[in-house]
Amino acid sequence: MLGKTAGGLYWMFRYLERAENIARLIEAGFRIALTRSTDAEGEWKSVVTTAGVEAAYAQKYESYTSAHVVDYLLRDTSNPSSVLSVIAFARDNARVVRTALTTEVWEAVNETWMTLTSLLAHPVRETDLPAMLNTIRQQSALVRGALHGTMLRNDIYDFSRIGTFIERSDNTARILDVKYYTLLPHTSFVGSSLDNVQWETVLRSVSAHRSFRWLGESEMTAAAIADFLILDRRLPRSLSFCTSQIVSNLDYLAEDYGERHPCHDMAEALHSRLRHRTIDSIFEEGLHEFITAFIRDNNALGMQIESDFRFSG
Amino acid sequence: MKGVEGSTRPAYAAYHDWFRQQDPDRLTKKSLDAEAFFRRTGITFNVYGQAEAQERLIPFDLVPRILAQREWSKLAKGIEQRVAAINAFLHDIYNRQEILRAGRVPKDLIANNEAFLPQMVGFSPPGQVYTHIVGTDIVRTGEGDFFVLEDNARTPSGVSYMLENRETMLQMFPELFSKIKVQPVSDYPKNLRRSLAACAPAGAGPKPTIAVLTPGIYNSAYFEHSFLADQMGAELVEGHDLRVVDGHIAMRTTQGYKQIDVLYRRVDDEFLDPLTFNPDSMLGVPGIMDIYRAGNITIANAPGSGIADDKAIYSYMPDIVEFYTGEKAILKNVETWRCGEPEALKYVLDNLKDLVVKEVHGSGGYGMLVGPAASKKELEAFREKLVAKPGNYIAQPTLSLSTVPIFCESELAPRHVDLRPFVLVSPQGINIVPGGLTRVALTEGSLVVNSSQGGGTKDTWVLED
Repeated sequence: MLGKTAGGLYWMFRYLERAENIARLIEAGFRIALTRSTDAEGEWKSVVTTAGVEAAYAQKYESYTSAHVVDYLLRDTSNPSSVLSVIAFARDNARVVRTALTTEVWEAVNETWMTLTSLLAHPVRETDLPAMLNTIRQQSALVRGALHGTMLRNDIYDFSRIGTFIERSDNTARILDVKYYTLLPHTSFVGSSLDNVQWETVLRSVSAHRSFRWLGESEMTAAAIADFLILDRRLPRSLSFCTSQIVSNLDYLAEDYGERHPCHDMAEALHSRLRHRTIDSIFEEGLHEFITAFIRDNNALGMQIESDFRFSG
Repeated sequence: MKGVEGSTRPAYAAYHDWFRQQDPDRLTKKSLDAEAFFRRTGITFNVYGQAEAQERLIPFDLVPRILAQREWSKLAKGIEQRVAAINAFLHDIYNRQEILRAGRVPKDLIANNEAFLPQMVGFSPPGQVYTHIVGTDIVRTGEGDFFVLEDNARTPSGVSYMLENRETMLQMFPELFSKIKVQPVSDYPKNLRRSLAACAPAGAGPKPTIAVLTPGIYNSAYFEHSFLADQMGAELVEGHDLRVVDGHIAMRTTQGYKQIDVLYRRVDDEFLDPLTFNPDSMLGVPGIMDIYRAGNITIANAPGSGIADDKAIYSYMPDIVEFYTGEKAILKNVETWRCGEPEALKYVLDNLKDLVVKEVHGSGGYGMLVGPAASKKELEAFREKLVAKPGNYIAQPTLSLSTVPIFCESELAPRHVDLRPFVLVSPQGINIVPGGLTRVALTEGSLVVNSSQGGGTKDTWVLED
């Protein structure tokens, strides 16, 4: 496979994952803004921070209103991480790797791009926002379904999956990074309504508020939520789940190509930090330090993969 | 569909019977279905020079253009003759130049021509094939009266539309194909692969690696590049995927560099090698011309092939065919005035409003004048350009092109068309796909069929006997 093709697949699926994550973040922010009037502006600000576009946003807007944030994150093409931008990048990459995609996957991506560019051509009214976010989620599910249902399990699939999980673990880690202080076991906050709101936002941002309840052996505590998002291998957006997927897809590539690279060791090192670990020991190490290091190393892993598999010349 | 005196052309008889039984509303809906299919599949093209990089569809007309086997075999024979002559001409022009010595083509037409590449002099490409793929543009003026408009010996495009148009027709009207026996075109990608493989360099081994070189996703024909690579099972590469490794051209894969034997390039000569041609080119591969001249890669079509489809050379095609085949040309040439010649220029200036004037090196319908359709102002502006650089232009009469029907506002209406059959050349022979791309001028009375100028396409049927 061409290095460029591997890179195109990797980025195509990173961007698709990002579109979905941005929609999730907006959804969580929107819900808080609707249901808790106390600090909507603060919530929107942390959404922008989590999306990693705080500086550029601040240059354009002075306040964090729902209308501005939603518009900036959904359809502002000067924001390279807006849904409209990343969907266009995803589709550009899909065109580059079109010969590697099944008709179903290509058409799903192309249709997603056509649908979203047309829906996002004009500002989204508040009444239409839930339907809009729903469409983004549905379109993501469509592409994912086409990938799982029609693609050969070969290197093409592996690079697609690796892109997905590098992006996803980055996203979950960013949410934790922005909200880590609400997850620290401060005795003074425990059980306060502030904590409940914050925890709900965190869970909603990774679409885990219901699954957390299903699995609810434990009380809703900071430690239980942190444990769920970082270490629980049943949750498809937890750090542990994502890194284990990256490790296995890299292993398939090693088997396929008969060659191991530095990225294989890096991925295992990253994953081993999460295996056989308790949340208490992470708190002991320092949650913030742990998350910061994770984001840094996950990022480095992505770059190592790009270089090991010769994505660019 | 109508022949002389308004009768239905025999080739259209069965289709016409079917058409009369169709509900026009259903056909209109089918038209929209086809458009949605093209959009979903991404069969779009980019238009140069528009403010936004927009993607457009080439309008598709659902009425096929139908040729009888008898008409087709005459046409195919003529094309084969012409393409064989073009290859012989190219080999001669870059080697012994017999035709110049014989005085059949003027020397300075070659020496002063940008399309003539000195780098190709004294070199013979693998299999002695220059034009691996040709798209000969044909028009018809009357029954069996075919003219060649252009030879397109560089990188003719449109074959993906030929294939997708047929697929679309098969999906929309399967019943038509069980009723009417149409010669298939779907073997083209397989034949293209086989033909290119047969032209691989001697050292390539039994299964040569083939790649399609594209300028990238923003090129107007990108869809076609990816389509052909996909259908042939070849790699789709850009210049930055390639480099010289150990005396060969190699592509960067996830497992290191891998040798390429045949490069079907969809990049113009000028951009092929920044070390040899345009030094600013980012689309090509530095050093590829050295590898080529060392005989370690096949480039299709061969660099320098453009000299054969140059519009000034075109006027000499009847001589060229005769010189190399010893036969009279089967297909007619359109009468052509070379404006560089004083007498011709005078005639052209006197009759500008009746003529079509084209740039010698132009393509895609850009920079041409259609006299009968031009305003007084346009004529005057063109006249000035013509006087300033007469050598840049040729002129041709406007032919009274035959028309074929299109489906327009629930009924059939006549429009002008041309036809681009696709020809594959290898040492094993010349292969012409039965049919080709029919381009249609959608505006009533218009003669311009280029997709960049609002033309459409339709499926082209060659009936089985």
